Amino acid sequence: MASYSTSEFKSGLKILLDGDPQTIVENEFVKPGKGQAFNRVRVRNLRTGRVLEKTFKSGESVEAADVMDTDMQYLYTDGEFWHFMVPDTFEQYAMGQAALGDSAQWLKEQDVCTVTLWNGEPLSVMPPNFVELRIVQCDPGLRGDTAQGGTKPATLETGAVVKVPLFVEEGETVKVDTRSGEYVSRV
Amino acid sequence: MTWRPGAPRARRHRARLNAALRAFFAERGVLEVETPILSRGAPLDPGVESWRAIAADGLAAYLQTSPEYPMKRLLADGAGDIYQLSRVFRGEEQGRRHNPEFSLLEWYRLDYDDRRLANEVTDLVFTVAALDPDWIEPAPELRRVRYADLFREMLDLDPLSCGVADCAAAARREGLDVAGELDLDGWLDALMAMVLAPRFAQGQLTVIFDFPESQAVLARPSPRSPGCASRFELYWGDLELANGFHELDDPAIFEARRDQDIQRRRLNGQTIPEADALFAQAMHAGLPDCAGVALGVDRLLMRLLGEVDIARVLDFPWGKC
Repeated sequence: MASYSTSEFKSGLKILLDGDPQTIVENEFVKPGKGQAFNRVRVRNLRTGRVLEKTFKSGESVEAADVMDTDMQYLYTDGEFWHFMVPDTFEQYAMGQAALGDSAQWLKEQDVCTVTLWNGEPLSVMPPNFVELRIVQCDPGLRGDTAQGGTKPATLETGAVVKVPLFVEEGETVKVDTRSGEYVSRV
Repeated sequence: MTWRPGAPRARRHRARLNAALRAFFAERGVLEVETPILSRGAPLDPGVESWRAIAADGLAAYLQTSPEYPMKRLLADGAGDIYQLSRVFRGEEQGRRHNPEFSLLEWYRLDYDDRRLANEVTDLVFTVAALDPDWIEPAPELRRVRYADLFREMLDLDPLSCGVADCAAAARREGLDVAGELDLDGWLDALMAMVLAPRFAQGQLTVIFDFPESQAVLARPSPRSPGCASRFELYWGDLELANGFHELDDPAIFEARRDQDIQRRRLNGQTIPEADALFAQAMHAGLPDCAGVALGVDRLLMRLLGEVDIARVLDFPWGKC
């Protein structure tokens, strides 16, 4: 069982806390001149996304979380599970809605995502930063309205709804930034 | 990483500050002294960890955590009022307010008590801060408060009679979540550093007097506050700048505390360094009635320049040297 001492704390370190894998977001060393030393950390729960503060006595050890990021290809969904494959080994993983969260709306078959595994089980998935998706539904754009810089909602093939400029038409493919959920360009 | 020293802005200010500190003491007739950085013995205080070196004869040697012991030997030898600006080393202390090697200004005044010396410390900060138009000055009004009153007022907790469970409850109320177990002084330290100090008025100097006797270190028992020691600390905003004592001169109390420190270190699983036998002899020979204080010069410079990271005032912070 691997563990980390507080002196190894730094942002990005994955530790096991309250039974959940958590990543250190911020680590601060606090010590009165003549007193007890502490490490005050902000951690993000990798399962729930919750951020909280925790204080450790300096010198204590905390169990490491066996968390690993792996690139996987998204294969398909059967409605209940989303299936992924490690391209090199053909190893497959199935993930439920809870682990996917908002990522599901960006997943297109064949795209390569970063899947976070905890003790070999999928914990979360990070879609590519940019995806190219076809518009399956949007209202026709009105000419002349472009001066306003107006936008309209468009439904993409994966079900995501993004705001697109008025000149973009149904059936076109657009590039979207999945981190912000914003339209980037036509493809 | 770049070879370039990291604090070009602070360089000139540091030189100016060091000169101002020396001028302050020259004007008051306090003698500058020098004592060894490397020593055969180390303090046993569980809150301070010494860096260990191996001497040429294969025996242990320690880098000083403060020049207190040799300066007190000078005092016992009749040196009179003395000060020193020196580099000190503390193990495992690194962060935005800590560098394992730092500059400490330590001085001793004969026939002063903690109250009077605290006044001189704040005088020094005000005097120095007014010297350069680029430097930030602390707010003109000071806050002086006793340790116990601070806890009573801000946390409704009496640090002199409370137990571990009371501290834990206060911490919980304040949203401080500590993993694992702390002893009473550990809890008081946690509350002071992470709940109380962050609420001190920014830009204001706060002097805290009469620390609990369990945190006396080398301060004598307080004649004013039962259960307390004549120890004070100075904060500028939430940043601890200085720690001072009306110095303990009773060798029997010194030895009893030293034995407690050894026990606490054993309990904590800390290493037990060689004690400084020559300092103990000096305590028996007799320390004159005096008060002493140590002030973190890098932190003072941080405040004068409005920096929040100690690395911004150090050309060669740990990791760059």
